[in-house]
Amino acid sequence: MAFSAGALPSASSKALAGLARRKGLAALALAIALLPLALPNNYTYEIAILVGLNAIVCVGLNLLVGYAGQISLGHAGFFGLGAYGSAILAARYGWPPLASLAAATAAVALLAWAIGRPILRLRGHYLAMATLGFGIIVSIVLATEDRITGGPDGMAVPPLTVLGFAVSGEKTWYWLVGALLIASVWVAQNLIASPRGRALRALHGSEFAAGALGIDAARHKLSIFVVSAVFAAAAGALTAHYAGFITPAKASFLHSIELVTMVVFGGMASTYGAVLGAAVLTTLPQFLTVFKEYEMVLLGAVMMLTMIFMPQGLAPTLARALGPALEKLLAAARRKPV
Amino acid sequence: MSSALAQYLLAGLTLGAIYALVALGFAIIYNASHVINFAQGEFVMIGGMAAAVFVESGLPLYLAVIFSIGTATLVGFALARFAVEPARGASVVTLIIITIGAAILLRGLATLVWDKKIHPLPAFSGDQPIVLGGATLLPQVLWVLGATALAVALLSWFFNRTLTGKAMLAVSHNRLAAQLVGVSVRRVLLVSFALSAALGALAGILIAPIAFTSWDAGVMLGLKGFAAAILGGLGSGPGAIAGGLALGLIEALGAGYLSSAYKDVFAFLIILAALVFLPNGLFGRRATERV
Repeated sequence: MAFSAGALPSASSKALAGLARRKGLAALALAIALLPLALPNNYTYEIAILVGLNAIVCVGLNLLVGYAGQISLGHAGFFGLGAYGSAILAARYGWPPLASLAAATAAVALLAWAIGRPILRLRGHYLAMATLGFGIIVSIVLATEDRITGGPDGMAVPPLTVLGFAVSGEKTWYWLVGALLIASVWVAQNLIASPRGRALRALHGSEFAAGALGIDAARHKLSIFVVSAVFAAAAGALTAHYAGFITPAKASFLHSIELVTMVVFGGMASTYGAVLGAAVLTTLPQFLTVFKEYEMVLLGAVMMLTMIFMPQGLAPTLARALGPALEKLLAAARRKPV
Repeated sequence: MSSALAQYLLAGLTLGAIYALVALGFAIIYNASHVINFAQGEFVMIGGMAAAVFVESGLPLYLAVIFSIGTATLVGFALARFAVEPARGASVVTLIIITIGAAILLRGLATLVWDKKIHPLPAFSGDQPIVLGGATLLPQVLWVLGATALAVALLSWFFNRTLTGKAMLAVSHNRLAAQLVGVSVRRVLLVSFALSAALGALAGILIAPIAFTSWDAGVMLGLKGFAAAILGGLGSGPGAIAGGLALGLIEALGAGYLSSAYKDVFAFLIILAALVFLPNGLFGRRATERV
C-alpha cells in the first residue's frame, strides 16, 4: 500500500497498512522458524547466520538509500568500526562482550552524527564521494594501526557472553540472529510508517517541496543516517563475535559496495527486498566458488544483468509478476465459504 | 628549494598527471551522460596489462601501445553500448552498481585472459636517471608529463574545433537543446566512453614502467581519479586536471614529510574537507535548483 508523500491516510487505510505490516512480519518469522528444516549441517547454518547479519545491515541501509534517497558508499566503515570497537574493548580491555558491543555501537552513532552533519548537505555523486572517502580512511587506519587492530591480518575476537553464558554453537546463533532480524524489520517498518518515515519519502520525492511543507530536511537525513550506521555497527560487532575473528576487509570499499548492491539488488524502498537481496547475494558467492576462476566474471555479470533488466530490483519485479496471480488466488479463497 | 622537496614535487606531479588523465575520463563520461563510471580504473588496468603482455609476446613497444589503447577503446565502446545504453533513465545508484559490476567483470576477465601475476613494462627510453638540480628523475617521468600535456592539448582541440567535440559539449550544457538541433545523444554517449577508455589506457601504459601493473591495479587508481574529478568539480575539464595534480602533490608531500602508510588518508581527508567547504569542487558549476 503506497501513500503519496504528504497525503493523509484515512483511519481505515491506516489500519489496513498496519495489518499488512503485521502479516509481512509474521511471514518473515515463519520463514525463519521453518528454515532450519532445510538446513542439513553446520555449514548451511553458518551461511544462514551470515545472511541474517547482512540482512540487518541492509534493512538499516535501505532506510537511508531506499527511503531517504541518500547514497552511502562507506557503510562498511561503520560496520568495521562497530566490529573492531567491540573486539578491541573485549579482547584488549577485558570488557564483557555485551557491554563492548553496546559501547562500540553508541560510539559509532556519535561518530555518524558528527560526520553526517557536514557531509549530508552534499548531494548525489558528491555525497557518494564523501562517504566513500570516509570508508577508505577507516579501512586504512584499521589496517595500519597494527598494535591495536592486528593490522591487515586481523585480530581474534572473544565469543559473545550474555549474563555469564557464552553464546556458542550454530543453532544458538541462528535463533539469536533470527530474532534480531525480526526486531530490526519491526523497527524499520514502524519508522517508515511513522510521520518521520513519511517525511523521508517526501524528501526523496522532492527536497524542495518537502521543505515548503515544513519538513526539516537536514534533521531527518541526519537522524536516518545515524540509525543506519547503528544497524551496521551492531551487526558488525555481532559478526566479529560470531566469527571469532575480524579483518580490515570487512571495512573495505568492496564491502561497502557489497552492502549497497544487496539493497539495490533486492529492491530499493522495500524492507523485505533488502532482506531478499542480502539472502541472494550472501548465498550466491557460496555457489559461485564451484566455478573457481570464473567466480568474479559471473558475479560481475549477475550484478550488471539484474540492474539492466530489473532496475527496480528483485522484490518489486517479483511482486509485479506474481501479484496478479496471488490476488486471484486470494480472491478464489475468499469466495469459498469457510 | 631542498632536493628532497624537489623530489617530492616531481613524484607528486607524475602521479598527479596520471590521476588527471583518469579524472578527465570521469568528467567526459559524466558530461555526456551524468553517469559516474566506476569501471574507469579498469580501463587503466587494461591499458597497462595489454601493453605489458603484448611486449612480452615480442611486439615492438609502439605497436603494443597502439594495440592496447585500441583494446581498451573497444571495451569502453562495448560497455556503453551493451550495459549503459540499455539502462538509460535508471537511478544514479542503479547505474553506479552497473558500472561496478562491469569493473568486477573486467577484473575477472583480466585474470582469465591474462593471469594474476604482476607484470613489468620496460621504460620507454631506458632507466638511466637524469640529475636535475639536486633531484634525480627517471626518463619515464618526462614521458608521463609530456604525453599527458599532449593528450590535454589534443582534447582541447577536439572539444573546441571538431564537430563531434562541440556536439559533446553541447550535450553537457543542455541535453534537450542539443537534441533539438540534431545532435545524436546516443552517439555522444558511445564516443564519450570510447574516448575515456583511451585516456585511461594511456594513463595505465604511462605509469606501468614506474608502478608495474596487475589485474587489480585499476581499483585504487580509479577511486583516486574519481576523487580528483570531484575535487576539481564534476564535469569540468580544467578542474579534473587541477584536481589530479593537487591530489598527486598532496599524496607525495604527505608521504614524504608525514607518513607513507597514511598518504591515502591525507588525500581523502583533504577531499572531505574540500567537499564540506567547497561543495561544488574547485571549478564546479554553481548548481542551481530548478523547481
